[in-house]
Amino acid sequence: MRIEEHPIIDFKRGNPVKFTFNGLEISAYEGETIAAALHAAGVRVLSHSHNLQRPRGFFCAIGNCSSCLMKVNEAFNVRICVTPVREGDRVEMQEGRGDIIAKA
Amino acid sequence: MQKPEIAIVGGGPAGLSAALSAVRQGAEVMLIDRDPALGGQLVKQTHMFFGSKKEYAAIRGIDIPGKLLAALGEEGKGRFKPVLNTTVLGYYDDGVILADKEEQQAMLIKPQKTIIATGASEKMLPFPGNDLPGVYGAGAVQTLMNVYGIKPGTRVLMVGAGNIGLIVSYQLMQAGVEVAAIIEGAPKIGGYLVHATKVRRAGIPIKTSHTIKEAYGNKSVEGALICSLDENWCAIPGSDLDMKVDVICLAVGLSPQTELLWQAGCEQKYIPELGGYVPLRNERMQTTLNDLYVAGDVACIEEAGSAMVEGKIAGLFAAADLGYDEKVEERFTSFTSELEELRAGPTGAKIREGLSRLNGGAAKC
Amino acid sequence: MLEKTGVPEPEQVKMITPSDVRFQKGPVAVVECFQNIPCDPCRYACRQGAIKEFEDINDLPVIDHELCNGCGLCISECPGLAIFVIDASYSKEEGLVKLPYEYFPLPGQDEEVTGIDTEGEAVCSARVVKVQNTKALDRTPVVTLAVPRQHVMRVRSLLRKGGEQHGR
Repeated sequence: MRIEEHPIIDFKRGNPVKFTFNGLEISAYEGETIAAALHAAGVRVLSHSHNLQRPRGFFCAIGNCSSCLMKVNEAFNVRICVTPVREGDRVEMQEGRGDIIAKA
Repeated sequence: MQKPEIAIVGGGPAGLSAALSAVRQGAEVMLIDRDPALGGQLVKQTHMFFGSKKEYAAIRGIDIPGKLLAALGEEGKGRFKPVLNTTVLGYYDDGVILADKEEQQAMLIKPQKTIIATGASEKMLPFPGNDLPGVYGAGAVQTLMNVYGIKPGTRVLMVGAGNIGLIVSYQLMQAGVEVAAIIEGAPKIGGYLVHATKVRRAGIPIKTSHTIKEAYGNKSVEGALICSLDENWCAIPGSDLDMKVDVICLAVGLSPQTELLWQAGCEQKYIPELGGYVPLRNERMQTTLNDLYVAGDVACIEEAGSAMVEGKIAGLFAAADLGYDEKVEERFTSFTSELEELRAGPTGAKIREGLSRLNGGAAKC
Repeated sequence: MLEKTGVPEPEQVKMITPSDVRFQKGPVAVVECFQNIPCDPCRYACRQGAIKEFEDINDLPVIDHELCNGCGLCISECPGLAIFVIDASYSKEEGLVKLPYEYFPLPGQDEEVTGIDTEGEAVCSARVVKVQNTKALDRTPVVTLAVPRQHVMRVRSLLRKGGEQHGR
């Protein structure tokens, strides 16, 4: 899904990185957001709605709408569309609103 | 607590232009933006801009931030301070700005003058299935394609034939993605007709008086039902058309991001022609709060060209009101006539109408 | 109607079409811009002074076809990609259409392509005579197509024969 040749832009990809999504290893490039990296890997369903469990993905992709919230490493409710992907990130679908009360 | 002379919230075309205008007057400027790089929505605009050759006509949007930043580097000389990855969270009664710096620490800023240039966010369209993955705002499609070099999908239904819908359809084709059709609820194309002509000769149908009835798909978008509308914007029974697409791109308008202005207590008015709630402001781009100015899409939904001129005006007066008033009359006259020129033609009618309704309740300053 | 379809009406195109006499003299620019929008870079692109001074930035561009030498500098300056250079004097059978083409891959010299009209419909077979993609054109390459002479005012873009284009 990545664009190889473009008439206007010369895409300079960063260093390759690997991260996991629900335990599955995915390859990406530094400089991409987690949302972009997941999308390039064909992952469109990022969560499920609280009551009816309807599949959800991102909408605005620039940090405004809160559609893309996921668990990244130990943090819940991360806006993955504005979060850069890092080597070794553990990205998971979160259940509901996530547990935001830190265990001391 | 940081105490810059002028703080500008938002580093898109309006904010960058305001910063340049203000440093040219001699003021010290802190420009705060939530993104890792400046430019706002300009970084996705691969097409050549319209407007005046004196400004940035025929220059690609993606090349404009570089030019503005180069000028800021040269003319700002120690007086221009960009603060990136920092989200402004609040503007309080005492004129203090609270910002979240890189999601690590709180930052308090008390500027003497503040310019809010926070732009706009995408409108949503209600229809069954609009929450399916694959229903994306036009900005999202642009971000994926033009910033990250990733195809949004394989076949797109574009909803909206304003400038954004037309331009993003063209950009989708440049990215190697098929556009099944552009649909528009109104009986006419809303964007510049040359954009429409460009996509028509690439074989994309434009269906005016059409709307989306529903999106369907198991885990993500697999298709959409569209239908025709009569002159009362009501669906015509039996006119349903099934479009097999995996992306539905909504380009149905923008709303000014006025949260900080509400909090600050600026008077705002609901003016549909300008995009929704917009702040009352005078010709100096000053709100009903003396020390607060606005520019760009947050002031009214328009084009990047006008955003840049509004930014120049806001920056000029934020600086002049601090005493940096060299050539203020001459520059104000020049900027105002540029803005009037951009809005003078038939395509500026909506904005002129909206602004005249807004000024029906004149701003107090 | 242009406002409904995005396709210029024949009467509109006729108004900006040069005379047959002018066509016979050599290449000439044609500006298919029919809406008053704030935009003026074409006026500054012309070195011959053929694009008249704008009184107001919203004016439609007017080309003096006698002053125009068909050099094509204006083609890649138009943000609307609405300017074409036509050479109806190229040969007895063929005319040339120089058009802006911002897609990859660019066609190659001598390639046979399909000439398409403003509705994206196939008009005729066309031959790529030249492809210009210099730095000065700032990523708006200009493709020169040889088409049957009677189609010079219809062909406005191209489709590769076979292979993927525009995502299809």
